[in-house]
Amino acid sequence: MSDIDLSSTAQAAPVMRLERQPFELRAMKSGLLTGLTWLIAILGSIPLFSVIVMLVMQGGARLDLEALTSLPPAGFEMGGGFANAIIGTLVMVAIATAISVPLGLLAAVYLAVLDPHSRLSSVARFVAKTLTGFPSILAGVFTYAVLVISFGYSALAGGVALAVLMLPTVVLAAEEAMKQVPQKMTDAAFGMGCTRSQVIWKVVLPTGLPGILTGIMLAVAGAAGESAPLLFTALFSNYFMTELMEPTASLSILIYNFSAMPFDNQIELAWAASLVLVLIVLVFNILARLIGRSKV
Amino acid sequence: MASNPFKNAASASTVSGPPSGGDYLADSVFRTVALTCAALIVVLILYILWEIGGLAVPAMAQHGLGFVSGTSWNVSQEEFGVLPEIWGTLYSSLLALVLGGVFGVAIAIFLTQDFIHARLAAVFRTIVELLAAIPSVVYGLWGIYVVIPLLRPGAEWLHQHLGFIPLFGTELSGPGLAPAALVLAIMILPTVAAISVDAFRRIPYKVKEAAYGMGTTRWEAILKVMLPTASSGILAALVLGFGRALGETMALAMLIGNSNQINLSLFAPANTLASLLASSFPEAGQVEVQALMYAAVVLLVITLIVNIAGLAIQQYTVRKFEGKT
Repeated sequence: MSDIDLSSTAQAAPVMRLERQPFELRAMKSGLLTGLTWLIAILGSIPLFSVIVMLVMQGGARLDLEALTSLPPAGFEMGGGFANAIIGTLVMVAIATAISVPLGLLAAVYLAVLDPHSRLSSVARFVAKTLTGFPSILAGVFTYAVLVISFGYSALAGGVALAVLMLPTVVLAAEEAMKQVPQKMTDAAFGMGCTRSQVIWKVVLPTGLPGILTGIMLAVAGAAGESAPLLFTALFSNYFMTELMEPTASLSILIYNFSAMPFDNQIELAWAASLVLVLIVLVFNILARLIGRSKV
Repeated sequence: MASNPFKNAASASTVSGPPSGGDYLADSVFRTVALTCAALIVVLILYILWEIGGLAVPAMAQHGLGFVSGTSWNVSQEEFGVLPEIWGTLYSSLLALVLGGVFGVAIAIFLTQDFIHARLAAVFRTIVELLAAIPSVVYGLWGIYVVIPLLRPGAEWLHQHLGFIPLFGTELSGPGLAPAALVLAIMILPTVAAISVDAFRRIPYKVKEAAYGMGTTRWEAILKVMLPTASSGILAALVLGFGRALGETMALAMLIGNSNQINLSLFAPANTLASLLASSFPEAGQVEVQALMYAAVVLLVITLIVNIAGLAIQQYTVRKFEGKT
């Protein structure tokens, strides 16, 4: 086989260069695609800025003390505000948090610490993941079937519907946070003779707390912005709430109702309410980020 | 507990001591409660299926499969069909998926393939995450007052000059598929981008180094090495994004026009299952509520199938990479 001269084939082939020529076809293709990606990235962030600009301009113009303290106006009425909707949103999110956080945390304890590899754990984990993609309106339909048909529209029903949506987020985030707790710490606690619940209460939960709180804050932020599940559970009301078992206003439903009205006053109020709603959501989002930064 | 092996040690009056009987009791109670809560999550989804399904049974018995293929929604004559809604749901979600998918994957590439400094990438990722934080109704409001007026001149031009193409067959009179799909695309973009970023992150760094070491340009490395390697994760991102789009309600209810028709045109008003529920439920009588429950079951089945498929692909991806490295 020695008669094959490799050096001649190397010369016959086009010369391969190690350095790249700027106007080579493949370099130009690469440059073009890079430019396109930059363009897409910039285009992709335009909606956020557009939304924020509109909120500040349209909503900020109308956001005053009257808007924050008075009741929604009727038809041709001028002025008015959405104080009852702010209260309603906060109350319903509080109810949802009160239901979903204890339930979600305990379930997460089971998934992360007590029995991570059991069949129940893998099924529950899968169900929780499926529920994160669950259409929010179906949470409303479900609550309507369970509560509204027998007890009527109420803030409680709205809270339950939101809780269904918060639960999977809380479970998955809390499980993830508890899994981050170093094994060494739990081993040490077990070595000192702690029972499993003592390990959980005194080591796992306190250590995983920042991560757990981050998850809860994100779930709260999501729930505050939800509207579909409230449409036919909490309905809407033009008055301040007096008890939990009556139809209750919320910011998101107010925005939905007012956006379709032919009156400028209502549309301006819808923008102002949107600004307040986005601020509430952002506050919880930023809190989540700040707490998350101090994670273990 | 009688069988406590440390019984004698417990009597010694020191600070340290083994768990008392009460501790053991608390332990087993706590564990049972936690187990119950985990089981409750599984029970919850079964209960949801049971409740919604149970209320839909009368309508199912009455309308049968004709409900899925029927095209009219007439309460006074008790004619209920959701084919236009199924069409609208799939059409708008598909359009949103194409747009949101291209943008989402491109942004994931932008964030993970060393286009910008890591710190700047973190800022940009926050921007994308904040897109997901904006409530659906706010997008709806923004769509009505920003997107629709913005699209109208372009839509008019397309309709006048290219009206013979079915896609541009009607005028954009206000709400319609195009603005709805555009806003929907913006709403699923963060989901697609976040899961795709995960998929790219899972690829070991040495794979990229090997590609560059072979003398590839950045885009040859991305297109021929990174994308194929991340393909199953990106597929999961697209499927889960599609699931998001199918169930999205408020923005669509505000933007799509709630009109019961099947039309290929991008500018025609349409309807989706979720927005049918949102717009009809609050004022529905008993017969209509049953039909709406049936519609909810259809939506539930479609989204469950899509979501479970997406999760299965995602799990497969995770297992593939964790098995290798």
